[in-house]
Amino acid sequence: MNHRFELRVGPVAFRIGSAWRGPVEALRRLYAGYPEPKGICDFTVRLEPERPWRRALRPSIAIRGDFMLPGAAPLSLAHGLLAAEMGMNLQMALGQRRFLLLHAAAVERDGKAVLLTGHSGAGKSTLSALLGERGWRFLGDEFALLDPESGLLHPFPRAVSLKNESLAVFGEVDGARLGPVMAGTPKGTIRHLRPSPDAIARMDVPARPALILFPRFGRDLAPDSRPVGAAEVFVRLTQASTNYVALGRRGFDALSRLVSSVPARALDYSASEEGVRLVEDHRSK
Amino acid sequence: MRDLRALVRLLRDPAAAPKVRDWTSLLSAARAESLAGSLAFRLKGLDLPEGVAERLEDARRSAEQGRREALWEAEMARRALAPLGVPIVLLKGTAYAAAGLSAAVGRSIGDLDILVPRDALPRVEQALLAAGWEWVKEDAYDDLYYRRWMHELPPLIHRERDRMIDVHHTILPLTARPTPDAEALVSASVPLENGLRILHPADMIVHCAAHLFADGDLAGGLRNLWDMDRLLSDFSVGGYEFTVELRERSWEHDLIPAVARALRLARALFGTEVDTVLAGRPRLSDRLFIRRLLARDGWGRERRPALRLAFYVRSHWLRMPPAMLARHLWTKARR
Amino acid sequence: MAGPLYAADPPGSVASADLEGLTALFHARSGTTHILAPPAPQILRALAAGPADAGEIAARLADAFDLAGEEDAEAAISARLAELEAAGLVWRQSRSGSGQPPG
Repeated sequence: MNHRFELRVGPVAFRIGSAWRGPVEALRRLYAGYPEPKGICDFTVRLEPERPWRRALRPSIAIRGDFMLPGAAPLSLAHGLLAAEMGMNLQMALGQRRFLLLHAAAVERDGKAVLLTGHSGAGKSTLSALLGERGWRFLGDEFALLDPESGLLHPFPRAVSLKNESLAVFGEVDGARLGPVMAGTPKGTIRHLRPSPDAIARMDVPARPALILFPRFGRDLAPDSRPVGAAEVFVRLTQASTNYVALGRRGFDALSRLVSSVPARALDYSASEEGVRLVEDHRSK
Repeated sequence: MRDLRALVRLLRDPAAAPKVRDWTSLLSAARAESLAGSLAFRLKGLDLPEGVAERLEDARRSAEQGRREALWEAEMARRALAPLGVPIVLLKGTAYAAAGLSAAVGRSIGDLDILVPRDALPRVEQALLAAGWEWVKEDAYDDLYYRRWMHELPPLIHRERDRMIDVHHTILPLTARPTPDAEALVSASVPLENGLRILHPADMIVHCAAHLFADGDLAGGLRNLWDMDRLLSDFSVGGYEFTVELRERSWEHDLIPAVARALRLARALFGTEVDTVLAGRPRLSDRLFIRRLLARDGWGRERRPALRLAFYVRSHWLRMPPAMLARHLWTKARR
Repeated sequence: MAGPLYAADPPGSVASADLEGLTALFHARSGTTHILAPPAPQILRALAAGPADAGEIAARLADAFDLAGEEDAEAAISARLAELEAAGLVWRQSRSGSGQPPG
């Protein structure tokens, strides 16, 4: 692996190796200010040519590492940064065993954490990143890390992957925090946003979960908020977790404790600002 | 880290842990070889650098969970097949776990493998299908290949649990040259408390050796060799009686070369105590095998592609007569 | 004619959590989590006292619960037992002595 980069995000340290310089340079710029791992890295990601001759000829990046998905489609070199991000996601999804992983965004204010969970396209990333610019501490947009022993959420503030159109919502964001524009990805044109300096500085400060939200975004939806029953929350969260089954009893205890101690609501919203307002409304309750 | 020597050394002698410089590479290599769990249990309780102990704890947890899932799968197969009154012999990882052998400690366990008498196959097939298992492959050629030439039913997967079961009626393909005696394997098998069975210890060693060499291109071979070391360590309590039994069984199943080589490699890499008579004199080719087994770097990548290819071709050559091999590879290539 | 005898793993081998009337059940042996509705969790608990058929389970439950009519209860319990068996939470046992089916 000719090029390498080591990165710590919250409690997880990654070692990323790449056959090409581009992805590593992009990572270094995007993750400027993040701490370097001390000691062992939890996971290794490898960005390799599918076949040795594909390193130079029509370069094609196969995402490999400690944990792999057979038959995963390779990415073009232009999407190298995306490949690295996907590689890190894959390690977490398949290999994380200390924390219960929930496919959710999380933000924190006044010592209380709010989980935003639901299907892709529900706007969790945009909403959580926006809240992170509005006085909330951004804890992560892809994975929420729940510690089974303490019941606390541990921040995992990776760069947020946003649709290029969503960026307009963010107004004046320091250009240095933005990654390259990547067109033609499976999710359209995207850009990565580095979390705020505060989110990075406090990445080692866990938070007590206080509210679970199931946001639903739709241009025709009237803004709404309604409670969600415990059984439904439990089932939806297991579906949103990649390692619930792997954690066995610890996972069950962590999840049942979360579900029985934290209220849950479903939110409908048709615009980002509306979504932010709905979340803010719940803060006072 | 250019090859797996450091990993082998550490498995063999956990006290060497303080000498390790690059734990990240060691962990990646161990994971790639499915040996992270085994390593974690070997190092349990030792004084390790910050973060290392935690990652190894993760590996132990994974292994425990895997063990639980494997034994449950065996239990569900037992419930489905018990009414048939047919002997069901567990094989490989699940067998080690069910019997509480040290080879099971920290081991990652894959699919459920069972051995049944050949004439029971149709009934076993029916019972499994009735209990929620279904066929994996739909390709007619593969199906034919499996039924006529391989030593098992085509793979089955459980509809709800999404776990595979491989039902064998002998432990090497009928077309391969060594042919272990399937009936003898079943009649010598040992019952467990729940009615399922495991191979007789000497047969277990023979099967491990057969699996190590004849079944595959040595990918994952280091893990299989570690199994061999652990099994021999457990069975050494059988003393001279076991030594004699192993010699006899190896001869009966016509697998002395495989067992001998497995013993020599285990001794060379893990310092396993072996029967020097059965192991025989070291061969020059042993070194090629060792090189193949150690061919992975600190990024978890396989090294030595030419050597790997040689072993891959060799393994298929062992399985099928050359004319069949050519036809099989041709048909596969045309897809 | 007595129905089949069913057995379940001992209570210590499952963990449960109440979810507003429904029960989340973690079955340690299989590592599977189930969401059960009454009377399924109660049936499992009733089997803690030892293997039983549907009729006996109805009797055990009658001590703790008010069951509609004896025949209804037994039929309903048989149906739930079949579901629990498919889920791996209970298994059938022969009436002749030992708990292990012939191997």
